[in-house]
Amino acid sequence: MTKSHTIAVLVNDQPGVLQRVSGLFGRRGFNIESITVGQSEEEGLSRMVIVTHGDDKTLEQIEKQLYKLIDVIKVINLSSKPMVARELALIKVKSEPSDRPEIMGLVETFRAAVVDIGTHSLMVQVVGDTEKIDAMIELLTPYGIRELSRTGVTAMIRGNA
Amino acid sequence: MNARIPEMRSTEELREKWMKPEVITGSDILLRSLVLEGVDCVFGYPGGAVLYIYDALYGFNDFHHLLTRHEQGAIHAADGYARASGKVGVCIATSGPGATNLVTGIATAYMDSVPLVVITGNVATTLIGTDAFQEADITGITMPITKHSYLVRDVNDLPRVIHEAFHIANTGRKGPVLIDIPKDVSAAKTLFNPSESLNLRGYNPTVQPNRLQLDKLQAAIREAERPVILAGGGVIYSGGHEALYEFVTSSGIPITTTLLGLGAFPSGHELWMGMPGMHGTFTANHGIQEADLLINIGARFDDRVTGALGGFAPKAKIVHIDIDPAEIGKNVPADIPIVGDAKTVLELLNQTPVYAEKADAWRQTIQARKQEKPLKYIDSDTELKPQWVIEHLNETTHGQAIVTTDVGQHQMWAAQYYKFNQPRSWITSGGLGTMGFGFPSAIGAQMAHPERLVISINGDGGMQMCSQELAICAINKIPVKIVVINNQVLGMVRQWQELIYENRYSHIDLAGSPDFVKLAEAYGVKGLRATNKEEAKNIWQEALETPGPVLVEFVVRKGENVYPMVTQGSTIDQMLMGDSE
Ligand SMILES: Cc1ncc(C[n+]2csc(CCOP(=O)(O)OP(=O)(O)O)c2C)c(N)n1
Repeated sequence: MTKSHTIAVLVNDQPGVLQRVSGLFGRRGFNIESITVGQSEEEGLSRMVIVTHGDDKTLEQIEKQLYKLIDVIKVINLSSKPMVARELALIKVKSEPSDRPEIMGLVETFRAAVVDIGTHSLMVQVVGDTEKIDAMIELLTPYGIRELSRTGVTAMIRGNA
Repeated sequence: MNARIPEMRSTEELREKWMKPEVITGSDILLRSLVLEGVDCVFGYPGGAVLYIYDALYGFNDFHHLLTRHEQGAIHAADGYARASGKVGVCIATSGPGATNLVTGIATAYMDSVPLVVITGNVATTLIGTDAFQEADITGITMPITKHSYLVRDVNDLPRVIHEAFHIANTGRKGPVLIDIPKDVSAAKTLFNPSESLNLRGYNPTVQPNRLQLDKLQAAIREAERPVILAGGGVIYSGGHEALYEFVTSSGIPITTTLLGLGAFPSGHELWMGMPGMHGTFTANHGIQEADLLINIGARFDDRVTGALGGFAPKAKIVHIDIDPAEIGKNVPADIPIVGDAKTVLELLNQTPVYAEKADAWRQTIQARKQEKPLKYIDSDTELKPQWVIEHLNETTHGQAIVTTDVGQHQMWAAQYYKFNQPRSWITSGGLGTMGFGFPSAIGAQMAHPERLVISINGDGGMQMCSQELAICAINKIPVKIVVINNQVLGMVRQWQELIYENRYSHIDLAGSPDFVKLAEAYGVKGLRATNKEEAKNIWQEALETPGPVLVEFVVRKGENVYPMVTQGSTIDQMLMGDSE
């Protein structure tokens, strides 16, 4: 059965490491739904969070193949544990001054924020899990989305783990 | 038989000489580091981006450098050297076209887990990314076919990088490591203070297996009625052949060795079933298909071995022993997965030997099949048969030579009819199936073993892919016996076209090939030709008695096929037996 998996990969902060990881996925026919990279808690190490789709056997291969990369220090299957997963989206939506209050209302219910206002548009910033962002986008679509940028998921296991 | 390869000084002396801390160039650091890693032979080809390195090589005598005539020759030679010796093979090429000419050889080594350190020059760091003259992103190009790679931007990193590269190449699952050195880095100077420490966090190959899994395996052996061992290249790479012998003989389990595993177990032994897979023996393939326990040691369940995966070893409990965890469960799910070094695992198993006591009937069945269905071909007195040629080579050399092959029918006949009794005596491109590999890899093997007889078996097609290296043999008096099995066609392709594409022989005619004898002579290598058995015996004898390199061409029957054969999509017991039926 295929499902979504979120994995965190701790890697040496070396040039080319993102290419090695993404290349591995492409080459072996693994799917990448989203990939984010940034600093980790330790200097010299970056953390990648990858959301992928596949059955358990594929996930096992992904983990094993990742471990074969010399710059990969640790692979953690986040979705096997309780985790917090967040992504951020900036959405530029068409809005004549008359639409504004309505859109602001939506934004408020989602605890999102308006971060820029143009004469005919608004920029909305929303943070949350993937479903929440999907929902925000769906609600804003009728007004006319002019530009959309999502970061992809970053995630962590809950609690002291 | 001896190659005229001058003696090298002892490593100890050299260490003494080169371990001193000193301010030197990146190029000198490279050469000294290679010496300190125990390198005694490097294959290479110069060019602009490696000129500082070649300048440092001027008069440098602490390892051999062989100038090949093509970078592909250099890397296959380094590969042959590594496979024959168990040491890391090293080659050097310049940036851009020099580096890209290595790609086939790197992929070849990667597929067969051969330890190489590949050194390429690159344009100066200031020019990287500008499409400068002879710039190629070789680390990017080779990422999918290297175990690891480095682009060295700072000369201070060089000693560490080289040391790490050798360690990575020759530990765990072995493989090629690339070091790309920009021109300014090879020119820059720094204090060379050789360090021997390693700090590779995250890289810890699992050598020691899990004890509980070993117990499970031993219990399974006790219960098995039809057990089979499938041994691959991993046994040879780990140096585990003696432990394997002990394991097989003490357990009494019949064994089949893959193409890369030939030589891991003596082929004359009564428990040996031959090679499995596409051109495997009846006994090995049926053995696997009927087995109730299949113990894979250091083989990766390649599709040429398994045939149709859905019907592979359908009755067997699968045990998979491999140093690379990613191999386990990749193609065939394992019931008992064992991650570890093949030699270590086998030695642990040998501490408490278990005899497969329920397998007496099975052993008899295997014996009977070996008698009833041996490898067979119809010989001829008028034409030379390629199988006969290989058998003749085997008999006259008592299976003691190092044999390298190219790719095609001759490769399969060599695998079938030459009898291997020692590891590292059989060198062939298994995973990638690289034509052009056979001849240069023999040069490398001979450099590793100047005292041994090295025979390179090639088709008339593949011989033309790296024949320029005849020059290297001539100049350096490398006494490889170069065999060309000339069937005037791309034989293996012809076979597929005959059997699968309804005799539509598309572009396989090698008319226009050179006169191989004259080709050899043009390079100053002795050339001999035979078209019948009498001549064949004579020229082969002459070749063996001639010091130095000799090319021997056997003109064989065109249209001969390799049997048995499992066509793609079939399970391995569905074999075309061909002439041998
Ligand atoms: C570089 C490369 N190109 C193409 C092939 C495909 N191929 C496999 S076997 C073969 C024919 C080889 O012919 P020859 O060298 O004459 O050997 P024979 O099969 O006749 O023994 C070819 C073209 C290959 N393996 N490698």
